[in-house]
Order: sequence, then C-alpha cells, then structure tokens
Amino acid sequence: MQLIPCPWCGPREEAEFHYGGQAHVAYPEDPSALTDEEWAQYVFFRENPSGPFAERWSHNAGCRRWFNAVRDTRTHDLLAVYRVGEPMPEVIA
Amino acid sequence: MTSPPGAHLPEHPDFLWDNPEPKASYDVVIVGGGGHGLATAYYLAKVHGITNVAVLEKGWLAGGNMARNTTIIRSNYLWDESSGIYEHSLKLWEGLEEDLGYPILFDQRGVLNLAHSLQDVRDSVRRVNANRLNGIDAEWVDPAGVKEICPIVNTSPDVRYPVLGATYQPRAGIAKHDYVAWGYARAAHAMGVDLIQNCEVTGLETSQGRITAVETSRGRIAAGKVALCAAGHSSVLAKMVGLRLPLASHPLQALVSELLEPVHPTVVMSNAVHVYVSQAHKGELVMGAGIDSYNGYGQRGSFHIIEQQMSAALELFPVFARAHLLRTWAGIVDVSPDASPIVGLTPVGGLYLNCGWGTGGFKATPGVGDCFAHTIAHDKPHPFNEPFTLERFTTGALVDEHGAAAVAH
Amino acid sequence: MTFRTPTGGAIDRDTLLHFTFNGQSYTGHPGDTLASALLAHGVHEVGGSVKLGRPRGIVAAGSEDPTSLVQIEAPFSEPMLLATTVELYDGLVARGLAGQGKLAAEPDPARYDAKHEHCDVLVVGAGPAGLVAALTAARSGARVVLVDEQNQAGGALLGVDEYVDERPSAEWVADVVAELKSTPGVLVLERTTAFGMYQDGFVLALEKRTDHLGFAAPEGVARQRVWRIRTRQTVLATGAHERPVVFADNDRPGIMLASSARTFLHRYGVLPGSRAVVFTTNDSAYCAAIDLAESGVDIALIVDARHEAPARLATECAARGIEVRAGHVVVGTEGAGRVTGVRIGPLAPASPDITVACDTVLVSGGWNPVVSLFSQARGKLRYDAELGAFVPGEELSTVRVAGSATGELDLNACARQGRDVGSEAAAAAGFAPGGQVPLPVSDSRCTARSGLVLWRVPGDDDASFVDLQRDSTVADVLRATGAGLRSLEHIKRYTTIGTAHDQGKTSGMIAAGIVAEALGVELEDQRPTTFRPPYTSVSFAALAGRDRGELHDPVRVTAIHPWHVAHGALFEDVGQWKRPWYYPKPGEDLHTAVLRECRATRESVGMMDGSTLGKIDVQGRDAGKFLDMLYTNMMSTLKVGKIRYGVMCGVDGMVIDDGTVIRVGDERYLITTTTGNAAKILDWMEEWLQTEWPHLDVHCTSVTEHWATIPLVGPRSRDVLAAVAPSLDVSNEAFEFMTWHDTVVAGVPARVCRISFSGELAYEINVTAWHGIAVWEALMAAGEQYGITPYGTETMHVLRAEKGYPIIGQETDATVTPQDLGMSWAVSKKKPDFIGKRSFARAENNRTDRKQLVGLLPVDPSVLLPEGSQIVETDRLPEPPVRMLGHVTSSYPSAALGRTFALALVRSGHERIGETLFVPVEDALVPVTVTESVLYDKEGARRDG
Ligand SMILES: Cc1cc2nc3c(=O)[nH]c(=O)nc-3n(C[C@H](O)[C@H](O)[C@H](O)COP(=O)(O)OP(=O)(O)OC[C@H]3O[C@@H](n4cnc5c(N)ncnc54)[C@H](O)[C@@H]3O)c2cc1C
Ligand SMILES: [Zn+2]
Repeated sequence: MQLIPCPWCGPREEAEFHYGGQAHVAYPEDPSALTDEEWAQYVFFRENPSGPFAERWSHNAGCRRWFNAVRDTRTHDLLAVYRVGEPMPEVIA
Repeated sequence: MTSPPGAHLPEHPDFLWDNPEPKASYDVVIVGGGGHGLATAYYLAKVHGITNVAVLEKGWLAGGNMARNTTIIRSNYLWDESSGIYEHSLKLWEGLEEDLGYPILFDQRGVLNLAHSLQDVRDSVRRVNANRLNGIDAEWVDPAGVKEICPIVNTSPDVRYPVLGATYQPRAGIAKHDYVAWGYARAAHAMGVDLIQNCEVTGLETSQGRITAVETSRGRIAAGKVALCAAGHSSVLAKMVGLRLPLASHPLQALVSELLEPVHPTVVMSNAVHVYVSQAHKGELVMGAGIDSYNGYGQRGSFHIIEQQMSAALELFPVFARAHLLRTWAGIVDVSPDASPIVGLTPVGGLYLNCGWGTGGFKATPGVGDCFAHTIAHDKPHPFNEPFTLERFTTGALVDEHGAAAVAH
Repeated sequence: MTFRTPTGGAIDRDTLLHFTFNGQSYTGHPGDTLASALLAHGVHEVGGSVKLGRPRGIVAAGSEDPTSLVQIEAPFSEPMLLATTVELYDGLVARGLAGQGKLAAEPDPARYDAKHEHCDVLVVGAGPAGLVAALTAARSGARVVLVDEQNQAGGALLGVDEYVDERPSAEWVADVVAELKSTPGVLVLERTTAFGMYQDGFVLALEKRTDHLGFAAPEGVARQRVWRIRTRQTVLATGAHERPVVFADNDRPGIMLASSARTFLHRYGVLPGSRAVVFTTNDSAYCAAIDLAESGVDIALIVDARHEAPARLATECAARGIEVRAGHVVVGTEGAGRVTGVRIGPLAPASPDITVACDTVLVSGGWNPVVSLFSQARGKLRYDAELGAFVPGEELSTVRVAGSATGELDLNACARQGRDVGSEAAAAAGFAPGGQVPLPVSDSRCTARSGLVLWRVPGDDDASFVDLQRDSTVADVLRATGAGLRSLEHIKRYTTIGTAHDQGKTSGMIAAGIVAEALGVELEDQRPTTFRPPYTSVSFAALAGRDRGELHDPVRVTAIHPWHVAHGALFEDVGQWKRPWYYPKPGEDLHTAVLRECRATRESVGMMDGSTLGKIDVQGRDAGKFLDMLYTNMMSTLKVGKIRYGVMCGVDGMVIDDGTVIRVGDERYLITTTTGNAAKILDWMEEWLQTEWPHLDVHCTSVTEHWATIPLVGPRSRDVLAAVAPSLDVSNEAFEFMTWHDTVVAGVPARVCRISFSGELAYEINVTAWHGIAVWEALMAAGEQYGITPYGTETMHVLRAEKGYPIIGQETDATVTPQDLGMSWAVSKKKPDFIGKRSFARAENNRTDRKQLVGLLPVDPSVLLPEGSQIVETDRLPEPPVRMLGHVTSSYPSAALGRTFALALVRSGHERIGETLFVPVEDALVPVTVTESVLYDKEGARRDG
C-alpha cells in the first residue's frame, strides 16, 4: 500500500485515495470542432508509460480534493505531488 | 496410506527447445513470448507454413502474465463479437492437448459466475440466453443448484450479499499455464520457430510507412512483419512508432494457498463480492481479485487488495478460514476501455497489434493465436477478430464486456 | 526410550502436557514444540512425501523446516502447520501429512483482527543484531517496533549454550528486552512474523496471540492479529538458515541440519538420536557435534568435505574421542524408514569406502542469509561466492540489514552491525544518537564462514533430493537443463522445486547451485527466483480479520427501516442499502403481493420509502452553468420552485444516471441520483469541478442521509397529503406538477415535490431523517381510510415500467444513449455543449439499427417473459449463432393492463412498432408484439388526479 502525500493533508494511506489516470488531459475547448479521431483521442486514448507518469489522484476518503502526482510506474515511487492548476514539476526518476 | 496426492501430475517432456542466437532477419518477428506470442508463432507455422519466425522475449519465456494468471477458461461472454472469438478459442482448447502433444491439464470442470443482486440476476440470465443462442453451453442455476455444483459455497440467505443464483458453463474450466505455454513453445520450435529469450525489443524501425526491423538488446533484427504480443507492455512498444493505444497497464494480483485435499470441484467467480477461486490440480486454492487502481509496471500490487480478497473469499467459502496464503504475486494487465481486446492491423504496414486482453486473455490463447496468425499471414483480420479493431474507439462500435469481464477472468 | 536430556533447555519440566500424534499418546512440557516433543520420544517420522510416498522427518528446528507438516485436529482443525512451529499445549491432537492438508468442515469459531502501528524504526528479528539495533534506536528516542516470529527473543542464541559477556546469553537477552519493554514508545512483539514488505515502509506482520494456549485460549481475544506497520526505517535482522548438502537418499527421517539438532538440544533438552554422523562443509557443525557428544550422543564420525579439518576444532573433537575424516563426504544412506547408516567416501571421486551405522545424520552445507524481506523490498541480491549464497547487494534508503542476514556469521560482528545499522536507521528517521549500547562479546568457537561451497555429492541422481517436500531430485534438475531450460524460474516450474509451503527456504539456493554447475555458468550471473510475500504462510481468516459477515461491507438502512422490518418487508440489496422489496401479507408471494400493491396504488394510494435516492445539494453562482454541462438538458433556465427531470451521460455519450433537479434558489439546486450511483455521481461532479472547471463557483454536498423521502402515490394521494399538511394548498392549480413547496407535514417542516415515477398523481415528501418514521406513520394513519398501501421497489418498478420509464442500470448497460431510450426530448439542441454531446455525432451513434427501448406485449397476455430473455426475428431458430435483436430488460404481470408486458432494447426498435418478434423461452418461441414503451395512460390523464 502506497503512502501518498496529499498536498492538502500530508501523507495518507493509499486506501483513502481514488485514482484518476493521466493528468493534464484538458476537456477540449470546442468538442464540436474536433474530428471523430480527435474526439476519440480525448475520450479513450491515454499515455501509458513505463516510468514517470503525471497522473491524477483524489483524496476521496480525506479532504476530497483532486491533485496531481508524478509517479514512476515501474517502482510506484511518488516523485512529486502538486495541486491542480500548478505546472508539472521537473522530476528525476 | 492411499497413493500420495501429487503422484499423478504429468511430467514435462525431456526436451523443450533450443536457445539459438537471433538471425539477422526473419519473415515475421513476434514481440513477446507469452502465451499469445507463442500460440501465434505456432499457428503461423502450422496453419500458414510460415516458419521463418522469431519470438523475442525480454525475460524468460512465458514469464509475464502467462506465468501469473489464474487460468480460468470460459466463453460465456455477452456480446456476439466476444462469443465468436472466445468460443472459437474454447473449441481449440478442447483439442489442444492432442494438437500439441503436451499434457496441458485442460480440465472442463465448469465455471459458476455468481449473482448477488436482482440486477445481477437479470444480467446473468441475459448472458445465459445470449450464450445459448450463440451456441455456447450456459445455464442459469438457482442457489440450490449452486450448492449442488459446489457444495462449499455459502448459499445461506443470511450473508451480507446472499447468492441469488449463478450462470454455469459446464465446458469452462482451467488448464496449467506453464504447460500450455511450453506446449506451444515446444511445438513451434519443432517447426522451425526461433525462441529468443533475454531479448528486449527497444525500437521499431519503419521505412515509408512500413515496418522493417526491430532494435533489440541483442542487436538489430530485420523483419518482414512484426506482431506485437506484449500484453502489459503494449503501449510502450506501440509508442515506438508513435502509436497511442487506449490502454492502461495495471497490476493484477493473485495468490495461492498451500496444498489441500479436494474441496472445490469447479471454478467460482463473483463480480459483486470481488473474488474468483478454483482449486488447482495439485490441491492449492488459486484466487484472484480486482485490479489495483493505478497504472503500474512493477509487477506488484498493494496488500489491501489481498486482504479484501480474503474477506470476500471467506464470505463465499467459510471453510477457507484456516487455509493459508502461501504466495502472492502480480502481473501487468493491459486494460481497454470496453474490456475487450484490440487485435488487428495498425496504420504502420506490416505491424500487427494484439493487446487489451486485460484480466482475461489466457482463455483466448489458442483462439487469438489462430486468428492473429491468420491476420498476419493474410494482412487482413480473421472474421473473429474483425470487430476488435483500434478504429472502434473512433466510430464508437465498442464491445462493452464490463458486465462479463470487469474483474473477472 | 526417552531422548530428553536430564537437565537443560527452556522447558518447564515440572509440568506435563499430554498430546496425541498419529493416534498415539505422548507427553511433553511447556516450552516444547510439537517437533521437540516428538523427538523427545524418538519419533522422527512425521509424514510422507507428496509424490513418492517416502517417509518424511524433521529437518530443521524452525520455520524453515521443509518436511514436518502436520494437520492439527484439536482444538480446531488446521492444515499444513509445521511441527517445528507448533507450540505444544495440553490436549493437542495432530497427525502427519503427505504434503496436503484438509480444511475443517465446521466454521472457524476464532476471532481475528488487525491493528495499525506507526513507528520510526522497525526491527525484524530479535537475535543479537536485531536486539542491539532496536536498543540503539530506542535509546535515540525513536519509536521502535521489534518483531520476532519466535515466542521469545534471542534468535540464534536460543539454540546454543554460549556465553555472552561472560554470562549465559539468555541473561543478556533478557536485559535487553527488559530495557526495550520499559522504554516508552517501544513495542516488542513476540510470535510475530513480518511476512510482507511493501511500498513506502509498509510492513505486514502476523502475531499469533493465542495459538499456543490451545484449549485454554480465552474467548473473545483475537487468535491472530495482522499488524499493519508503517515505518520510516526498517532494520532486517532476519538471520540465516543453515542449508544441507544433497546426497543420495538424503531424505530419510533422522537426517537433519546440524544447527537444528543443536537447537533441539539447548532449547528443548532433546537429543536427535543415539548415534550420529556429522557431515559438514564448514566449522559450525563441529559445535553441534561437540555439544551433542557432551550430552551423551555417540558421534560416530565427523565427515568434513574440506581437504583439511580445522585444527583447533579437530583437536577438541579428538579430546572427546570424536573421529574427523576430512576430504570426505556422505555418499549415501541406508535404512527402511529412519536412517540406519551412511556410506562415506572421498569427495572426489565420490565412491563409498566405508559404511557407518547411525540413527542420525547431521548435515551442514553452510548458511543462507534470510533475504526474503530485503528482496520483497526490491533490494538487489548479490551472490557471495565464499558463502555460497545470495546476500543483500545494495543499500536501500529505508531498509537496512544487519547480522547474519548480511552473510556475516560471527556473533560479535553481527552485534556491531546491529549497533551501526540501528543508529543509522534512527538518524535517518531524524533522531540524534542516544546512549551507546555496549556490544556483547560471545565465547562462540565455531564460525561458519570458513566453508567449502558444496551443493551436492554425486550419486544416484534419482534419489538425491533437492526439495524434500516436492520430491524433486537432482535428476529432475538435470532433466530440466537437458530440456533446454536456462532460467531458474523455468527450472523451478519444471521441477516444482521451491513451490511447496516452505517456498524453497532450504532448497532454493542448492537448486541454483546445481543448475549453475550443470550449465557451466557462474552464479554471479544468475538471477535468483523472486521472493514473494508472504515470508511464511498466513491464514486466510487472519487476513480477512473483522471484515466478515455484517462487517464485510457496511449495511445502510433508512430512517424508516425499523418500520419496514416490523411490517414484514422483504429486502433487496441495492448497493450497500437494504431497500424494502415488497411487503407480503400472509400467503402472498412476490407476484400476488406486487399485484396488490400496484392495484392499491393506482386505484387509491400507496407509498414507499424513497430515502435511498442520492441527493446532492449544489450551490454557487455558477451552479446552473455547471448543471448545464452535466445534464443533457438545460437546467439553468429552471425557475425557482420548479423541478425538471434530467439525464447524465459519460463523455462517451452513454447514459450514466438520471434523476430530478429542483431549483431551490437562484444559486441553489437539489439534485437526485439513483440509489446505487449516489457516491459515484458526487465524485463525478467534483472531478469536473476541481480538475476541469475550477473557475466555476459551485459547491456540492451529499445530503442523501439528511432527508427521509416518501413518495405518496395514487389518485387519493392529494387527500392524504391534505389531511397531514393543512397549511398546504394541494389543489392542482396551487400545486402544479413538477413544482415543489416548503410546508409542514404532520407537524414537521417538509419539502413536498410534485413528481411522479408512476404516472399517477403523486407527491414526494421530504423531511429530515430524524422525523422520517413519525411522518411515515402519520401518512399511514391519514391514508388508512383509503386503504393506503406501503409498497417496495418491485411495485415501484412495475408502475414506472407501465409508463415506459427506464431504470438506469436495468434498461441501460453503458451502451445506451438517451436517444436509444426515446429521450431525445431530454437532450438539449440549444446548448453548445454538455458532457457526452460530441459522442452523439459518431458513426455508431447514427446507425439506424441501434437498440432502442420499446414495449413488448406477449401475444398470449398470460405469458410472462423472463427478464434477460433475448429477442429474435423468426419463429424458428436457425443453427447458432442466432442473430439476436435485443433483450428483455423488464417484465411484469400488470394489474393495470390486465396482462403481462415487458420493456426491451430492440435493434431499430422504434421502427418496429407493430411488428411481431419472438422470444426464446426454454424450448419455445414466444411471439410478442412490439409497442411503444409507454403502455399505460398514454395521454397522461392520471397525473393530475
Ligand atoms: C493475476 C492474473 C490473473 C489472470 N487470470 C486470468 C484468468 O483466470 N483467465 C484468463 O483468461 N486470463 C487471465 N489473466 C490475463 C492473462 O494472463 C493475459 O491476458 C494473457 O496472459 C496475456 O497474453 P500473454 O500470455 O501473451 O501475455 P504475457 O505472458 O504477459 O506475454 C507478454 C510478453 O511480452 C514480453 N515483452 C514485453 N515487452 C517486451 C519487449 N519490449 N521486448 C520483448 N518482449 C517483451 C513480456 O516479457 C511478456 O513475456 C490474468 C492475468 C493476471 C496478471
Ligand atoms: Zn487530502
């Protein structure tokens, strides 16, 4: 069980969190202007790297806030956490 | 004493395969030496006569999900598209031992999928009816029927989520994963396929929109065609040619108990209570649960998943209380948005994709091996994998098997 | 004949315990294990082997033992425990196993629990290194947890009679433990095995709290407890296991590890036999030989594989008349069951030149550091060629290793490591060094580091057992390499070595060595097989803990629940909720009860408990804008005081939920969700708000539990409501459909909504949960003259189905759009965007043969279609696969229609209205007519009463 440092509450057990997949996938400005391919990319296609991954978590059973994290998917080590709206920090994996 | 419990397990053959150096070039290079890669190689050679084939495996052969899965085999999926390929696979399983000349311990002991709510019941009956019309053996059994098939299931109405019935597929069952993989590997090798281990593909080379070679940890290997069978690593490989896939790779854990006298004659799965159990040939209880929520390539999950799984198991099987957890492990499953696979061509000429089997691709091993080999040989999907294109995510023609496959196998 | 020494051992000789093994009665003492008690009676043969049925004995004294598997029969049946780890108690009944145990048929009466513990330094292993590490960390002020699987601290010291600091080692151990236990913030856990190391300092440990008490175990005390320890730093002082050497017929009972025999002697006062041959590759077995000789065992011979025996120890042996033969090995053994003799010959070529009679063979092939937990922590291992074992091969920032787990086998050095590592760990956790812990000094004479690495003695490969539990032999290993296998993982699978309950603790390293020899490769280049949790086996029940039965998943009930129970309702599980399903009267089954409830409601008045509906209070300046994005229809235009039905889709355009939206104020809405989706929809809303539209001023709060919600339904509902809400003008003009009023109902402030999920005149009465029952009872009383009838979810389902209203999750399955449900009217054409809208434009969404919601009327009005039936086009079934047009989502007998009917999703359903289709039911094909989904009161005449 990972120990996840919620940027609002501090380190908490993974069981308190909800996973949200890739971060920084913005809802398209104007979906109707997208081709079907572009829309499908938004709806279904995600990065799935082996290595550092910017992803979303929500502290569901705690402060209920969403935040972003960079986690190494090979080791599950959390390299950084940051609040929604903040840029992704540089990390060294 | 009667004969000891382990006396009757079949031995492996005296010879399996050689360990050749990779050649400079092959007609077909298969990336990933799991069940799917090995089966594909086998059918390429056997059905299509294509034997100048290499299977490249970054670790030890069939050491990925193939070595880690809970070996549930069934074809009772909901949609016609799924029925097609899974039932094709099940039929191949039924002749596989003979086909491969290998004792794969395919055991059609049946699978029960339990229903715990009225909606579960409706969904289950719906699936049973669809299965039957698709020519798949399936029945709805009431709690007494469940008890008859598997006497140790707690069918008392006084549990947190009582068993309201189950779907039953008698032809479903289990097999021994290593034996299956090795059976395919040995047979493929015997037909001239090179099995190359400790050979990680690190790059895919293309020229004018066509695949030409793979870069590997053991050097460059030219290839007429390249077939990806990398399961959890599919996204990483596809990315090498700039292809994004609608996949997330998650840890999926499983566990076994020590060896126990037979108590569990079938396979029981419960989506609602989140556990599935069978008792393997040697006598160990084999169990799995839901995926870990996060993306992960670490082949390890979190322990609370195991704890939840144990509490679910004891809800259904109180007699397991003093069984012991002996070993846990995890694989990396490539989960797709509709819980169905992606098998077919790609925008890159000569590059073929087989992935997205997520938590349930072991049962498909013969079926997909056959269909994928056909796809590669003809540069055209086999009818059974035609619905499972990458394009379906653009058109919206998904094959949503969450009801039949979510945490199931 | 007894093999109990006259004195010595940490057993209570004054107390006699009676136990039964394989049907025979024996005695032992507190402090014994089942194994030591059996050995005291000369019983070596415990069980049989799994494949060949050969007898199996006791090889080691602890949890690494590969063979002494037993089934406990009393006090409660438990399979597959090791005799070496079962503490003896009075009345124990056990039997030996052939590698396979048996589950009890009766339910386990014991209790299990789990506890969380947070610490700065966790020390695993209470041997000398662990004790010093723990004390060092404790003195620095760190919160320390020390766990050890044994029932007492001491580790390797428990099996020797050595002196530490010139006094018996037990005294030194006791002092350290006493100081630890009296230090605030320090927790010492005995009988506690750290079995799993996970991410971020998460360590799982199992404490066996009452097992050793047997029948005397107090009721109500958890038998076993899982400790979920979260630690900053971990010190692994897990020790080393002695490993054997493989030779022909090395599996006979009476052949055991030398150090284990020494442990049986010193800890339990038990001799392994009368006459022993010692076979070793290193010095440590000499101590065993000397100690046993001094206790009266006839040491027939020490066979030392090394060319030269260690001079000092050889002299000591000579002084005791023990012959040492260097450069020799055991080539084979004799005996029908237990060993009766060994054949001995020179190491090379290994051919027997003498046979020595004996009843015991003590073997030492060197030591394997216990690196399982280090490996679980993802630490890399390195092969130590001198030791012939894998050792920790890197430093980890939060996991340190001390003592013989590092491969260091000298006690004084182990203790020094413990101190160093203990203070490093404390420092890394932020603690300044405390008082120095003086290092113990031992008088040990036998260090093990001087060994020859020898995996096996060539001989009959088929009888040379590598894994005694799996019956796997050298021949099996060679067959595997001969088959083309190179990876240890493959060979493990081919031979099954290391897959038994001991997970290869004593066999794994040897197998790797034999493989390397066979393949002519260096072990340095080999990857050992992965160590996986748990380190030793853990009962399922312990892991399930308290999360069983009622506590498996919380049960949620409404405020009115006690009334439903008192009035005989049967319940349906919906998510975690218990909802009244129907209220049978004596003699009624589901159908008759539901027909009655339906009829009463449509003809007069009924009511149900709708409190489980999800309710979310949505507030803020941008609430309307936000809801416009979430729902397919427009919510911002809703007037205060009004109510609108709404549908939500996922980004893929598929329906995920529906419910009503009421506008409470300019900046406030109250929305309802389906019962099962309440939490999901709140999460969904917050996700969008926080991650996509944080600039919107909207706040969402779940108020599901705050309200008791009672739909009051039927033509008489207005009369009933009027009776309990005298201040409310219930007239159709004053209280229009799809509006709400705050008022007083039965003396309680209430919000009454005029909505209908049945087509009847209906009101939904919302009061605070506290008043739920009172208001419910007031309504019952007021409705009595009209025969008011409480109804459950089944009647609710029928009533809404008659009106063609879908239930999300029943009519939908994540592949259904609002258009498919015939709800294009609820999909805004005006809004530029909402979640899911773009997906409606995809090719698949625009097919004309999508499955659409329709009604089905069986041609025979008495035939009830089973829900979940499939629908086909022809009246004869072709060979499979049969083309299916869709399926029956809901199906009921209807009191109002006087017949059965169904809802279904059917390909091109909207175009098929009027067609006859067929539903296979068992062996028949039932003809049905496709109709619109609305079957009752199409004009909506009943809505206003
Ligand atoms: C715990 C668990 C339980 C499961 N239970 C079931 C079940 O009961 N029933 C069922 O049907 N399915 C089950 N599955 C799913 C099933 O195991 C998989 O869907 C299936 O094995 C995938 O196909 P494969 O055998 O080819 O995959 P794998 O065996 O994972 O093969 C992929 C191979 O590709 C290799 N590879 C990856 N990248 C590269 C590279 N760059 N170069 C070279 N090689 C590479 C990997 O090393 C691996 O060996 C389970 C999975 C898990 C993890
Ligand atoms: Zn938080």
